[in-house]
Amino acid sequence: MHSSSMATPRTLFDKIWQRHVIAQRRGQVLLYVDRQFLHDGSVHAFNALAARGLKVRRPAQNFGTPDHYVPTVSRSAADAPTAEIRFMVENFARNVELHGIPAVQLGDERQGIVHVVGPEQGLTRPGLLIVCGDSHTSTHGALGALAFGIGQSEAEHVLATQALWQAPQKTMRIRVEGRRPAGVSAKDVILAIVGRIGVGGAVRHVIEYAGSAIRAMSIEERLTVCNMSIEAGARAGMVAPDDTTFAYLADRPFAPKGRLWDEALAYWKTLLSDPDAKFDAEVSLDAGTLEPMVTWGTNPGHVLPVTGAVPAGETRALDYMGLAPGTRLEGLPVDRVFIGSCTNSRIEDLRAAAAIVRGRKAKVPALVVPGSGLVKRQAEAEGLDRVFREAGFEWRHAGCSMCVGVNGDIGRPQERIASTSNRNFEGRQGRGVRTHLMSPAMAAAAAVSGAIVDVRKLA
Amino acid sequence: MSGKFTSVTALAAPYEPINVDTDQIIPARFLKAPRKEGYGRFLFHDLREDPAFVLNRAPYDKARILVASDNFGCGSSREGAAYAFFDAGFRAIVAPSFGDIFFNNCLKNGIVPARLPADTCRELRRRLTQAPGTEITVDLETQLVDGKHAFAVDPFFREMLLKGVDEIGLTLTLLPEIEAFERAYAAKTPWMSGS
Repeated sequence: MHSSSMATPRTLFDKIWQRHVIAQRRGQVLLYVDRQFLHDGSVHAFNALAARGLKVRRPAQNFGTPDHYVPTVSRSAADAPTAEIRFMVENFARNVELHGIPAVQLGDERQGIVHVVGPEQGLTRPGLLIVCGDSHTSTHGALGALAFGIGQSEAEHVLATQALWQAPQKTMRIRVEGRRPAGVSAKDVILAIVGRIGVGGAVRHVIEYAGSAIRAMSIEERLTVCNMSIEAGARAGMVAPDDTTFAYLADRPFAPKGRLWDEALAYWKTLLSDPDAKFDAEVSLDAGTLEPMVTWGTNPGHVLPVTGAVPAGETRALDYMGLAPGTRLEGLPVDRVFIGSCTNSRIEDLRAAAAIVRGRKAKVPALVVPGSGLVKRQAEAEGLDRVFREAGFEWRHAGCSMCVGVNGDIGRPQERIASTSNRNFEGRQGRGVRTHLMSPAMAAAAAVSGAIVDVRKLA
Repeated sequence: MSGKFTSVTALAAPYEPINVDTDQIIPARFLKAPRKEGYGRFLFHDLREDPAFVLNRAPYDKARILVASDNFGCGSSREGAAYAFFDAGFRAIVAPSFGDIFFNNCLKNGIVPARLPADTCRELRRRLTQAPGTEITVDLETQLVDGKHAFAVDPFFREMLLKGVDEIGLTLTLLPEIEAFERAYAAKTPWMSGS
């Protein structure tokens, strides 16, 4: 008798989750954590650990890089705009050193946004259970890992035990079928999904993205999609690993080598949902009908095709955004453009933006912040930095920068910013700043037009 | 963990907006403050500059329970949002649904996040608006709000809060299980956690 024929069909999520169960107590599961990523916002976890006098139990299974608070004008913490911000960067370096945690610090070319660095270094791999004290940890699911954001108390718990108590999650499958039309990027796909199911649409769920449009995506595109799972309320988003995943991982610095690679690969190939696996919720989208998307309000679910007009009803959001119902998104003047963040700062994002910028000039201040030092180097090798600079864009060093603004990169009150980041919350990019989320190509188009425009008309 | 929790009876404030993100609860620029300096002053910091904001108005300025709307505490994982509520005196938040990470952060900081049906929350907010100063009771032992509205908290965390159990301390008693797990892992799948 083959046990496999008797087994209950399982989702990709079920397979990874079940493999990490250490113990169960009264509805909670103690999960083994393969890897924890740490960044310069992890200060409260380290402080709490120190207050208990505890050590980091498995330093090698943690990995750190400063990103939230780092200056993007240089690679020196001394260039932070305040002593408090500088302290965050330097204190992080001291903490990881004290505990013997592997890390890439400011000045190391491998430093960057933690959700860019993890995949880039091969630290993010199929089947791993990954946590980080940052909600966009969902990004890492693009490689078939189960990865989710946690709080600082949970991060402290993982430092102390390499394990974490969690409640079982529900599953949601989102199928995206068909071919994306020209001008429609992975960012537009995920913005359309968040618009469809809403910012609370996937609360208490883990999303698996499936369908031909997802299969056709590069890893970088999948990272963009999984990144914004949290914007639909999902704890995590994931894509079953396939040949695209394996090709991406081969020869990454931390990827298994030789015999270990072969063994790992055999396991990775089992990581897909069984044909009859049941999901708690199913959603489907036709990629062929999608258009470039732009947010108009104060959460990522407030989103429409660029051809749309601002709806009535959300008075509070519209007051904040300084928009009247019926205003067309196309033609709306912007004051500033930000290209960067863990959503859209990888090489493919910068190429897409540069393709629009080439031969044109920025009409408003525009900032390009690569996701890592290695992305920056690659972009420079391809001459993309020159394209941006010659068009009047600022070309910065890696960090979270104007996505969250805690390093001091913020806009001014009432400024309207076209941004490739993930959150258009009130005050997110600076007090009173009005954020419109969009793809890198759309943000580049906004920069060279001084207004939100339909990139399909520029390309 | 912040001591034992059984029940709280306190003045409650209604908060109507849906999808309140943690950037509203505490703007990111305050997250570098040391916890010992207190986070209560950061709670809804930018919104509180409006004198009409609910927590600025008597008697709601004395509230220790918030009755909110759908998807409360969505967005960022910042635990500062839970610190801010706790340090401002809040011990319970009632809402139809919560952002998952904020929900967990509340449980780790001595705040009971009680999920009640949207209709019940709406009725509670209506009552609090019509009769300012109304106290409500969130009882973790009976898992009832005002003795009649049942809410569910994972039994694990309910017990931790009721007994004031330290979570890391508890997990460290399971160290033999964790180590056994690691041994099996290292033997069978050295490429999993090996860096």
